[in-house]
Amino acid sequence: MPRVTLVEGINLALARALADDPDVVLVGEDIGINGGVFRATDGLQKRFGKLRVQDTPLAEGLIAGMTVGMAAQGLKVVAEIQFMGFLYPALDQIANHMARLRNRTRGRLTCPVVIRMPHGGGIHAPEHHSESLEVLLCHHAGLRVVCPSSPARGYGLLLSAIRDPDPVMFLEPTRLYRMSKQDVLDDGQGLPLDQATVLREGDDVTLVTWGAMVHETLRAAELLMQEKISCEVIDLSSLSPIDHDTILESVAHTGRLVIVHEAARHAGLGAEIAATVAEKALYDLLAPVVRVTGYDTVMPYFAQERAYIPSVGRIADAIRQTLQG
Amino acid sequence: MKTIAQFAIGYEQMLDAEGRACGDLPPFAQEAGAMQRMYGMMVLCRMFDAKAINLQRTGRLGTYAPCTGQEATHVGVGAAMRTEDVLCPVYREYGTQIWRGVTLTEILTYWAGDERGTNFSGPREDFPWCVPIGSQTPHAAGIAMAFKIRRQPRCALAYIGDGGTSQGAFHEAVNLAGAQQLPAVFVIVNNGWAISVPAAEQTAAQTFAQKGLGNGVPGVQVDGNDVIAVRKVTEDALALARSGGGPTVIEAVTYRLSDHTTADDATRYRPGGELEAAWQCEPLLRTRRFIEQRGWWDDAREAALRAQCTAQIDAAVLAYQSRPAASTDDMFDHLFARPPAALQDQKRIARQYGADAAH
Repeated sequence: MPRVTLVEGINLALARALADDPDVVLVGEDIGINGGVFRATDGLQKRFGKLRVQDTPLAEGLIAGMTVGMAAQGLKVVAEIQFMGFLYPALDQIANHMARLRNRTRGRLTCPVVIRMPHGGGIHAPEHHSESLEVLLCHHAGLRVVCPSSPARGYGLLLSAIRDPDPVMFLEPTRLYRMSKQDVLDDGQGLPLDQATVLREGDDVTLVTWGAMVHETLRAAELLMQEKISCEVIDLSSLSPIDHDTILESVAHTGRLVIVHEAARHAGLGAEIAATVAEKALYDLLAPVVRVTGYDTVMPYFAQERAYIPSVGRIADAIRQTLQG
Repeated sequence: MKTIAQFAIGYEQMLDAEGRACGDLPPFAQEAGAMQRMYGMMVLCRMFDAKAINLQRTGRLGTYAPCTGQEATHVGVGAAMRTEDVLCPVYREYGTQIWRGVTLTEILTYWAGDERGTNFSGPREDFPWCVPIGSQTPHAAGIAMAFKIRRQPRCALAYIGDGGTSQGAFHEAVNLAGAQQLPAVFVIVNNGWAISVPAAEQTAAQTFAQKGLGNGVPGVQVDGNDVIAVRKVTEDALALARSGGGPTVIEAVTYRLSDHTTADDATRYRPGGELEAAWQCEPLLRTRRFIEQRGWWDDAREAALRAQCTAQIDAAVLAYQSRPAASTDDMFDHLFARPPAALQDQKRIARQYGADAAH
């Protein structure tokens, strides 16, 4: 079983999908001979040819728009947006067409598209390269939004996303791309979409997070073991739809909830999770819900990015806060 | 300084405003049946337009985008396309759509605010009407890309308006089609007005056809009120694209003889006299004159055609008005192949309270 990084796991899944299904086509900027700026598509053009692994003109709106036309013809298109800060021009096509085509044609035309995009900061990148814009996507009906937290989950979730008959926005945490290696069996097995996964069981507090923040959150849980605080850690994985059942079940057990995300706090996904717990499980709660998030500032240029991203210490303090009184 | 590249924009007209042939006519224009069929479709569109506007004015249809004045462009393009080609329309090219099998009932259903109208029974792969201006052009490029990947001898054709060519999406799509030599044709319907902004204020470009050139794609201008020229130019562009010769940008110069939509009032911005002058060049009369001059048309045929169109339109209106009511479930049932569980709760609530909307 190969030990691979997240970006290598993504590459394995893309290669598998291309090999298994002649309808799978990859499009994006610099994904051909260059293999993508993060090398997620390394070697794929050489192996599958220029038509199936295509460098596009430098226009994100076009990339999203052309995939709508290709997908309506039955191709399964995997598009790469080079960095999440460059998502904005593509949003018109994603929101107005990709997400709606099935609905507005009453199922006549569909969009089996995956848009892959790096998510979040922490890699000392230039401006506009480190955003966490998942809520811009989660607000639109007709899209699934997925964010893996490890090489194995990246491999399995991406395969399921490509096989899904509807558009899936696939957010790849940049600082996990090369952070660590994991055994990933390239067996073509997908992981279920629409499901959260419990990464660590515990009794005192439920921690809900996703993407790169899973790692800081797990470290905070580990740290608090020394204080005899037992944390249950849920990797949301599916940001839209949200697997509220898994969260509610855990909160019913622990009575406390801390939500951790890198994206800004205001109108963030944490608010949606907290509101749902308030609606459905208020009387299970022993303490107010706490959110640990990025600030309501611009994602800072990299000199300050670590101060923006929730730290292990900040997460640990929030957990302690829910256990006081 | 030496010249390193030179470009030219051709202009095609085969039928002048009096219905006289100018230049060599293509074979289809020598066939009575082909010309009668195109003329008949233009009349149907004109009469349907009047009916749809009437339905809107009397509260039986939502906001509607008329096509009066542009029938030659729409019908000429429809006649040029093959069944297996794919159309990406804007929202008033009914002549093309009806030619391709979209029904009058479907058009009315759509403008009644009912998405079921876009589930075309005829051209199953054609795109629905596209309201965000210009955003349909990348779809055509993508469809053409699929044809290229699968080596299918088919073409995608996207419409866009004169105002739409100011959108980045248009240039991005034409640029891709050029760079990859895709089987795509872009038809700019220059009807003089983008709602209230005249074409001359939209751009400094001398023609809209030349907007292809900057993207490496040839452009040609055609008299958009001349159904013969529109069909010929479009057929040539499609044949070129189908044979691997790449895309073409066609500018069809016509005139919007109506308001932008039934919610618009063009008297607020259209200079006096312009509309009257434009009526002198409108496409139906010149086509009729042409077929009359050839002995292919007369008053009896005209009366029979109009009676047939009236019957077809009345039947469509009846089918439209007697269609089953939409269900609130429809809002939820077509979002996903596999709807998330949470939607089921909202679907139930909508069912419970949906009837309140009527009060």
